[in-house]
Amino acid sequence: MHNKTITDLAKGLRSQEFSSVELTQAYLKRIKKHTDLNCYITFTEEQALKSAQQADKQLSSGKTSLLTGIPIAQKDIFCTQDVKTTCGSKMLDTFIAPYNATVIEKFNLAGAVMLGKLNMDEFAMGSSNETSFYGAVKNPWQTDSVPGGSSGGSAVAVSARLAVAVTGTDTGGSIRQPASLCGITGLKPTYGRVSRYGMIAFASSLDQGGPMARSAEDAAILLQTMAGFDEKDSTSVDKDVPDYSTGLNNSIEGLKIGLPKEFFNEGLNNDIANTIETAVSEYKKLGAEVKEVSLPNMKLAIPAYYVIASAECSANLSRFDGVRFGYRCDNPADLNDLYIRSRGEAFGSEVKRRILMGTYALSAGYYDAYYIKAQKIRRLIADDFKQALSEVDILMGPVSPTTAFGIGEKTNDPIEMYLADIYTIAVNLAGLPAMSIPAGFVENKPVGLHVIGNYFTEDKLLNIAHKYQQVTNWHLQTPKGFE
Amino acid sequence: MEWETVIGLEIHAQLATKSKIFSAASTAYGSEPNTQACAVDLGLPGVLPVLNEEVVRMAVKFGMAIEAEVAPYSVFARKNYFYPDLPKGYQISQMELPIVGTGHLDIEMDGKVKRIGVTRAHLEEDAGKSLHEDFHGLTGIDLNRAGTPLLEIVSEPDMRSAKEAVAYMRKIHELVRYLEICDGNMQEGSFRCDANVSVRPKGQQEYGTRAELKNINSFKFVEKAINIEVERQIDLIEGGGTVIQETRLYDSDKNETRSMRSKEEANDYRYFPDPDLLPVEISNTLRAEVTASLPELPTAKKQRFIKQYKQDSETSTTLTSSRQLADFYESVVESSGCEAKLCSNWITVNLLGALNKADIDINQSPIDSERLAGLLKRIEDNTISGKIAKQVFDTLWDSTATADEIIEEKGLKQITDSGAIETIIDKIIVDNPQQVEQYLSGKDKVFGFFVGQAMKATQGKANPAEVNKMLKDKLK
Repeated sequence: MHNKTITDLAKGLRSQEFSSVELTQAYLKRIKKHTDLNCYITFTEEQALKSAQQADKQLSSGKTSLLTGIPIAQKDIFCTQDVKTTCGSKMLDTFIAPYNATVIEKFNLAGAVMLGKLNMDEFAMGSSNETSFYGAVKNPWQTDSVPGGSSGGSAVAVSARLAVAVTGTDTGGSIRQPASLCGITGLKPTYGRVSRYGMIAFASSLDQGGPMARSAEDAAILLQTMAGFDEKDSTSVDKDVPDYSTGLNNSIEGLKIGLPKEFFNEGLNNDIANTIETAVSEYKKLGAEVKEVSLPNMKLAIPAYYVIASAECSANLSRFDGVRFGYRCDNPADLNDLYIRSRGEAFGSEVKRRILMGTYALSAGYYDAYYIKAQKIRRLIADDFKQALSEVDILMGPVSPTTAFGIGEKTNDPIEMYLADIYTIAVNLAGLPAMSIPAGFVENKPVGLHVIGNYFTEDKLLNIAHKYQQVTNWHLQTPKGFE
Repeated sequence: MEWETVIGLEIHAQLATKSKIFSAASTAYGSEPNTQACAVDLGLPGVLPVLNEEVVRMAVKFGMAIEAEVAPYSVFARKNYFYPDLPKGYQISQMELPIVGTGHLDIEMDGKVKRIGVTRAHLEEDAGKSLHEDFHGLTGIDLNRAGTPLLEIVSEPDMRSAKEAVAYMRKIHELVRYLEICDGNMQEGSFRCDANVSVRPKGQQEYGTRAELKNINSFKFVEKAINIEVERQIDLIEGGGTVIQETRLYDSDKNETRSMRSKEEANDYRYFPDPDLLPVEISNTLRAEVTASLPELPTAKKQRFIKQYKQDSETSTTLTSSRQLADFYESVVESSGCEAKLCSNWITVNLLGALNKADIDINQSPIDSERLAGLLKRIEDNTISGKIAKQVFDTLWDSTATADEIIEEKGLKQITDSGAIETIIDKIIVDNPQQVEQYLSGKDKVFGFFVGQAMKATQGKANPAEVNKMLKDKLK
C-alpha cells in the first residue's frame, strides 16, 4: 500500500479496496517503526485517525477531491491550528499555533489526512537538517548521511515511505537539495504561486512552499491544491492556476534544453556530472534539442543570497523576543536581560550567525555596500536567466555538487555548507520555478536532475519530469529496509 | 546677542479608517486592552501584512491638498528596533520613497501670510502601548493601538517662533479634519507632534544643533515646550556650553524638557524595503477619483466667504475653522434667506458662545441650522426683536420646538399695530406728567424712560422703532 501513487490510492479508496483509516493506520505503523530516522517532530496520530474517519464518510457521500483520505505530512514551518509548530527551533518548542496557514487550510478542505509535522533545519536555515533543535535526520539511503535541508524531514518521509507525499519550503534550495539527496521529486514553484501566509518566514522575498513526492504525477496533485492567489499574502500572484495533471503526457519533442556551462564547473563531482549527462541524453531520445547557455553572474549568487536572506531574516526573527509567545528565559532581571537571554538561549548558532550577518549588512554605513549591491546582483542574475530562457525552453543541470554527505562532516565549516546550495540559490534570487527529479545513483546515493523553467511554467516542468519518469525508474527506487 | 529660533515639526495624524493599516482589526478607541489585536497585529509567526487601500486614498488626498508631489510609486520599509509594545520588532513605515513628497501650507500671522514647506508625508503603523502602572513593577502591554494607520507629516525648518509652530500645527489640524482623514482628537492621541528646535545668532545662515522634543499632544504644550527649550538652549550657549543633538521629553507638570537619549545612543534603525509588501502604485484613476472628492479647502473657502458674503477676514476665519461650521453657516444663510451678516453674528456670537460654554462642537449642537434659520427669519421680518430673539434662542437650545412654535406658544410676537402702541403710549404720558415736564424742558435723557415704560408695558414685544417714532411725535 505504501508504494502506491496518489492516483492509485484514490482509486483504491473509491473501490473500497481499503479505507482511509486503514491506509492511515498502515502509515502510522511504519512511522512508529522508523522513528530512528527522526523525520517527524510531532506525530498527530489521534487527529490523523479522526480526519481519516471523516474522509471515509466523505468518500461514501461523494464530495471528494483526489487527496481525500490520503495521508500526507507537513513541514513544521507551516502553522497548524492547535498543533505544535516549532520551525525546528527551541524558540517555538511550546508554540501551539492559533491559526492555520493557507496551505494547511487548503489541504484540510481537500480532505487530506495530516500524519504529523516534519523535521527541518532551524527556521529553515541549513542544508543538512543538522541545525534542527530536534536533532539530525538520517538519510534512509545511508543512515550515517544527511538528508539535505532545510526540508530534510520532508524528503526522508517520502523517501522512506513514511507519508504518501509532503510539503516543503525552498528559500535557497530547501526543497530541491534534500529531494536530490533522498531520491525524490521536489518542486519549488514560481515565487508568488503558493501563499506564504502562515508559513513562518525566513527570507520573505525568497521563501516559497512546494510539493515533495515520489513522482511528478503526485507532485502535480499536491501543487494543484497548494497553488493560487491568497488575499492574505500581498506577494502571491493573482493568476489562474492551470490543471497540472492534464498536460503531464504532452509530447516534449522539439523541447529546447539549455545547459548553463557554469553548472558544470570544477566544483562538480565527476560522477554526478556523468549522471546528469546521461539524464540529458534520455531527453534527447524523447526528441529534445540540447544547447549550451551561460549564466555569467552565477558566481555572485551565493554572496548576494547570504546578504539578502540574512538581512530579511534578521528582521523576520525579531518577533521572537520572549514577550508574547515562544521561549522566555527564567527570571529576567530587566527588559534587556529578557531579550538577550531569551534569544540567546533559544536560537541555535546558525540562526544567530545569520541574524548577525543580516544586522551587519543593514547597518548604517554598510547598507549600500552590502544590501543595495546584493539587490543589484539579484537583478543581474534574473536578467541572466531571462536571456538564457529566451534562447531555450528549459535549463538543466545538477541540483547539488555532491551526493549526501556524512552527518557532522560540514557542521564546523559554514562556508562549505553554504556551497551545497551553489546551483539552487540563483533560482530563488530570480524567483523562477524549478524541480529536482531522481536521475540515478552515485555510490548508492541518489542524484537529482535540476530542471529550471520560466515564470509560472510549473505545468511544463511537471510534464517534462513526468515524461522522463515514464521512461526511467529512478523515482521508483526505495532504500533498503523501507520497501 | 539676538537669537533666532528655528523650528520644524513632525506631526503624526492618525488616519480615520475603520480597520488597521495592515489588518482587519478595528481601530476604535477605548476598548478593553488587547481585544482589538488580531494575529497580524500580534506579529504571530507566519502572519503577513495586507495594505488597507483606504489609507492610501487618504494620504493621496492630503498630498493633493498641500499641492505636493504624490509619488506614483512608493515603498514600505521596515524600521528595526526592539520594544515590548512593537510586536514584530520592526515598525512598517516608509523611508526612501514616501507617498507624499514636497508640498506647502500657508499660515497667517498678524495678518501676514507665511508659507511653510512640507518636506514629505509618509504612511506607517502605530505601536501598542506599554502600561507601567497597576502591574506591581511589571509592564503590561496593550496592542489595541498596534497597527493603527498614521500619516507622519514632516515640515521644513521654516518656523521662527513657537507661535508660528502652533499656527502651522493648527492649520494642519484644520486641514486633516476638512479632508476627513483624521478626527483630530488630541486627548486620544489621534493628532500629536514632535518638534525639532534649534537657535542661531540672528543673521547666521547655518542652523544650530537641534533637539527633538517628543510626543507633544496639545497646542498649548507645543508652544510652552518650544519656548522653554529655546530658553534652555540660549542659556546654555550664553553660559559657554554647546547644544548637543538629542531627543528630549517635555514634562508639562514641571514645564521643562529633559534628555531622553543622545545621538550616540540613538538606534540604528536599519531601514530596508519590506519584502512582504508590494510597492504602492498610484494610478491615474485613483488620482482622478481623489481630485474629484477633494472638498473646498479652508483657505479657498475663507476667500469665498469674504467675497460672496462680504464678511470680514476675522469672521471668515472663524466660520471656516471647520468644515462643519462653514457648512452650518451656509445652510443657515440659504434656508433663512436672511442677510449674511445677521446669520454670522448669531452663529459666531450666540451659537458658538453657547457651544463653548457647553464644551461641545458644532456637530453636537442642539440647535440645527434649520431651527436657527427659523429664528433669524423672524428677526429679519420684525416678528420679534433682537432681545426677544435671545429668549427664543435659549428655548430652542433646550427643546425641539421651532422658533415659530415658541413665539406662538409664549405670545412673543412683536406688537407692530400702531393703534395698540398708541393707546399704551398715551397712557404712559398721562400717568407720568412730571417726566413729560422734564423732557419738554430739555432733559433729553428722560426719553429713555418713556421707551422703557412702553417696552415694559408690552413685555418687550413692541417694535422699538415704532415706539421711538410715536413717542417723538407725541412729546413735541
